[in-house]
Amino acid sequence: MTDKLENRIVFWTFLSPIIFAFLMVVIIPFLIGAFYSFTNWSSAARANEVLEFVGFKNFTDSFADPSFNYSFILTIIYTVINMLAINITAFLLAIFVTSKLKFRNIYRVGFFIPNLIGGLILGYIWQFIFNNAIPSLGEIVPALSFLADPRKLILANRNSAVLALVAVGTWQYAGYIMMIYVAALESVPAELHEAARIDGANVGERIRHITIPMIAQAFTITMFLTLVQSFKQFDVNVSLTAGGPSAMFMGIPLFGTELLALNIYNTAFVKLNMAMAQAQAVIFFLVLIVISMIQVSVNKRKEVEM
Amino acid sequence: MKISKHNIALELITALLFLAFLFPFFIVLINSAKDAFQITINPLGMPEDWSQIGRNIVGIWTNKNIRYPGSFQSSIIITVVSLLAITVLSSQAAWVLVRTKTKLSNMIFFIFVAAMVIPFQIVMFPLLSWFRTVHVVTGIKLLRTYFGMVLAYVGFGCSLSVFLYHGFIKSIPFELEEAAKIDGCNRFQTFYIIISPILRPIHATVMVLNGIWIWNDYLLPLLVLGKGNKIQTIPLAVANFAGAYVKQWDLILTAILMAMIPIVIFFLAAQKHIIKGMVAGSIK
Repeated sequence: MTDKLENRIVFWTFLSPIIFAFLMVVIIPFLIGAFYSFTNWSSAARANEVLEFVGFKNFTDSFADPSFNYSFILTIIYTVINMLAINITAFLLAIFVTSKLKFRNIYRVGFFIPNLIGGLILGYIWQFIFNNAIPSLGEIVPALSFLADPRKLILANRNSAVLALVAVGTWQYAGYIMMIYVAALESVPAELHEAARIDGANVGERIRHITIPMIAQAFTITMFLTLVQSFKQFDVNVSLTAGGPSAMFMGIPLFGTELLALNIYNTAFVKLNMAMAQAQAVIFFLVLIVISMIQVSVNKRKEVEM
Repeated sequence: MKISKHNIALELITALLFLAFLFPFFIVLINSAKDAFQITINPLGMPEDWSQIGRNIVGIWTNKNIRYPGSFQSSIIITVVSLLAITVLSSQAAWVLVRTKTKLSNMIFFIFVAAMVIPFQIVMFPLLSWFRTVHVVTGIKLLRTYFGMVLAYVGFGCSLSVFLYHGFIKSIPFELEEAAKIDGCNRFQTFYIIISPILRPIHATVMVLNGIWIWNDYLLPLLVLGKGNKIQTIPLAVANFAGAYVKQWDLILTAILMAMIPIVIFFLAAQKHIIKGMVAGSIK
């Protein structure tokens, strides 16, 4: 057997299984999906049903749909707050667990643990805390009696329910992002801090003028990860609030905490409008790409070369 | 003196934060040891009788609606088979892509990497109708089967995995493979005897990144396996159960506790590798 022939055989035997899986679940559905978004595809569609081409109708319908618009705006607000909350918490935790603490390794593990458990399960845990444990605290402690008022339940009010989503998102993800900051912080040479200390810089100044510029590259990654994670949030949304409570928007009542991913899912499986859900998913995809490209290029510009 | 005071304050703040972070798990634990009545009137107090936790666990284990033992088994099968397939297939694919320097191999690699930006939402509905079409045309059942589930995880997991392996394999000196060839290895043997063992750290990273995701995933099993199927994963079981037993927190919290125990034990056993793997995967 010649070398060239052997190389070709190995090339295709090694590559074809993964290409098969990749084509079957990513590439083909992606292409079909892009096509479906321009048709009248319905949930009853079968392999042999005739699809009709409807142009941009699904897209214009989506932008005319109050619940889609609402979810879109809500997701952007949620993403901004969530990104800030996760990154600030994670950065502070990272600063703490990289200082000379006695139990720092145990702390690191503890902060990381929520990350291991799926968002769906975490959402149920917190639903219990918000709906049962916190009101019970209000009954026990007289000063906190307002917590026991059933009308003031955290998940019963749209604004506080969104903040509850942020709290759970932060709790879930901050430990993971912290680990990335820890890896970055540990690579900053100690001499830099030593020199700054001799020059009389205090802790705050050292963090601002040495630590943050030195780990700018980590910020690019963590911001990107938290942006994508927040924008795609689905599991916690399903189990914590299931989209409720209701809110008014453009004159109609709709789900007050329904983020974009859940809205798309409901458009398809509750409202049974597959073609429109597909068009919304395409919009979701384009927006996510544009926003993350802007984010990465802005952050990249702030990185310093060492 | 000043420094040590500062450190005590920091130690204290971190310890408090640590307790606050683990508090929700504590809530789950104490309430898993209560019956339905106690949990409603006293969700914050310590349980009166810790042995209740045993009865609750047995209750969930034998509950015909959650089907915990079967779900646990399905979750293990799906996760283990998917991880094996992803590591073996992605590493060998990445290897030939690195060692074959042609336009075609560059293009294939580029498509794998570019696909990482495709969010699941855009492919999920067409995936279902495509799997249905495949069933109609070829008779191969992909929906509601292990095969379809594993295929889906391999397809969605391979982009990042091929990318990680590709980066690592580039740094392995080619002389190693030439030496193997002189010693009489063919290309298959070269990969399995020489290269794959070198890839061990990256195998671990790929397994951890994909393992945590696959074990916890909810949306993909919901779509591919569906509700009320014989095959269901743990997150699916918990969601179905919690949906059916709304507000029966004694049952739901015990089910949650039992869903968490395996992964937490696994994590504590392999903690260092897991953290290293997850961080390495995100930085590269």
